[in-house]
Amino acid sequence: MKRFLKIYLEKPELAGVAFLLLLTVVFQARSGGVFLSAANLQGILGLLPEVALVAVGVTLLMICGEFDLSVGSVFALTPMAMAVTLEAGWPFLPAFALGLCVALLVGLVNGVLTVRFAIPSFITTLGMLFVARSITVVISGGFPPLLPNGAFPKWLFVAYVGPGDMFRMSFLWFVAIAVLVTLLLSRTNFGNWVRATGGFLPAAESMGIPTKRVKVACFMICSLLAGFAGSLQVMRLGAPLPSIGEGLELQAVAAAVIGGTALTGGIGTIFGGIIGATLIRVIDNGLVLSQVDANWFKMVLGALTVFAVILNAWLRRKAKSIKVETGK
Amino acid sequence: MSNEPIIRVRNLHKWYSGVHALKGVDLDFHRGETVGLVGDNGAGKSTLINILSGTQAPTEGEIFFEGKKVRFKGPADAMEAGIETIYQYNSMVPTMSIARNMFIGREPLKWSVGGIGILDTKKMAAESVQAIADVDLHLRSPDALVGELSGGQRQGVAIARAMHFKSKVMILDEPTNHLAVKETQKVLGFVKSLKELGIPGIFISHNIHHVMECSDRIVAMARGEVVLDKRVDDTSMDEILDVL
Repeated sequence: MKRFLKIYLEKPELAGVAFLLLLTVVFQARSGGVFLSAANLQGILGLLPEVALVAVGVTLLMICGEFDLSVGSVFALTPMAMAVTLEAGWPFLPAFALGLCVALLVGLVNGVLTVRFAIPSFITTLGMLFVARSITVVISGGFPPLLPNGAFPKWLFVAYVGPGDMFRMSFLWFVAIAVLVTLLLSRTNFGNWVRATGGFLPAAESMGIPTKRVKVACFMICSLLAGFAGSLQVMRLGAPLPSIGEGLELQAVAAAVIGGTALTGGIGTIFGGIIGATLIRVIDNGLVLSQVDANWFKMVLGALTVFAVILNAWLRRKAKSIKVETGK
Repeated sequence: MSNEPIIRVRNLHKWYSGVHALKGVDLDFHRGETVGLVGDNGAGKSTLINILSGTQAPTEGEIFFEGKKVRFKGPADAMEAGIETIYQYNSMVPTMSIARNMFIGREPLKWSVGGIGILDTKKMAAESVQAIADVDLHLRSPDALVGELSGGQRQGVAIARAMHFKSKVMILDEPTNHLAVKETQKVLGFVKSLKELGIPGIFISHNIHHVMECSDRIVAMARGEVVLDKRVDDTSMDEILDVL
């Protein structure tokens, strides 16, 4: 029994799950039962994949011990590259592939600059935040390209599916990708290397892990997911705006942190990042339903981020103080 | 064959921008022998060890392993050849479980594509339990985090790992630093057990008492050179302290 308690208290995503349950109860009561209605859940689940996919990538990268502030800009750049080529008459598939290649390239540049010159990824990706945003605006020519109807296969990415049209296709994409990344991190040797690289770099290096390549790969996955998420948003809205995703990088970091990912690397789970992203969506939506001024959103998000970290640290201390023999 | 040294080091030099850290070192390490390597800070022993374990490349000189000339490009090459290094801290990731630490970089896979694949977690758990029991260390669960183990237990796991991968030479870089007295005794016990298993060891320590206790031969280094190389029975604490 004690052993189980200890194992659960040590789960880094525990605080996030607790907050999610608590807020669900509060919002359900405050909104007079509207919060958990099918129509409202449909709204939350429709928007969730876009933030959550970015959070999944950022969480993976943070577990690897690095940071990406450029995800918000990649979120805009990828669909803009796709839209500009679509407008120029390219078919969907090559245009979409080009957009994703741009995202991968940004990740590659972020990663190579960071490991090659041994500079903090905070700096590299802060630079990239501006560079990628600027390119987005420049290639859009200042005006969002006009996309012909049927330019992208909505049925494959954003159409409603499921009983009562509960989900969008984007949600299924998100679930599939989240499961894949979770398995990659927990069940493969690559995942072991990611955790070792972020957990204690000298040990990973002395055990012969190609830590530089592992980091670059994580940067690329992170960027790719951000680009894909941005593409989903543009397909949902039907128009690419050069300003989408501004501030998203910090929301994604907040999601990862609320979900128990440590800034120092090595600790965290993909599930935690998803819980964090869900919390952000739930707060955004729940405040509106509770008829609270929407400008309180950032205040709540900020307070929650700090509080979640404090709660997590406290839970972990509690877990440590539960004495279960590891040896004799 | 059996008389041939397992490692032969010839005329090894290492320069760090402006510092001549190794000045033409010649050394032989024999099978079934534990060598104690002593020296002050900056004497060059860490540089020598880093070169043998593949983390640094020599500026000049040759290394022969089992008679063949080798040039390690990284720690993975040295481990592949059979040289396992145990560092005072940095060979374990505290935020990962014992089972995962045992197999970092050498994970057993169920199947793989291009070197990336699915972990065989059952095999990892079973083999790590066995490996730990083999070095007479009793840990209840292979899922416990290494960060929760004591310093001595961590070194025990590191040694169990080296044994499990059938290393041919084991380098122990200051394994007793910052350990409590009881833990130190445990680690010294591990070092002595290497000899029973016939695995040659290179044991580096500041503490000459520890080195004398479990080595067959003492090599002392100072200012990048070997200044003494004698069997433990033929030398004394005073003589060693004298040359350092």
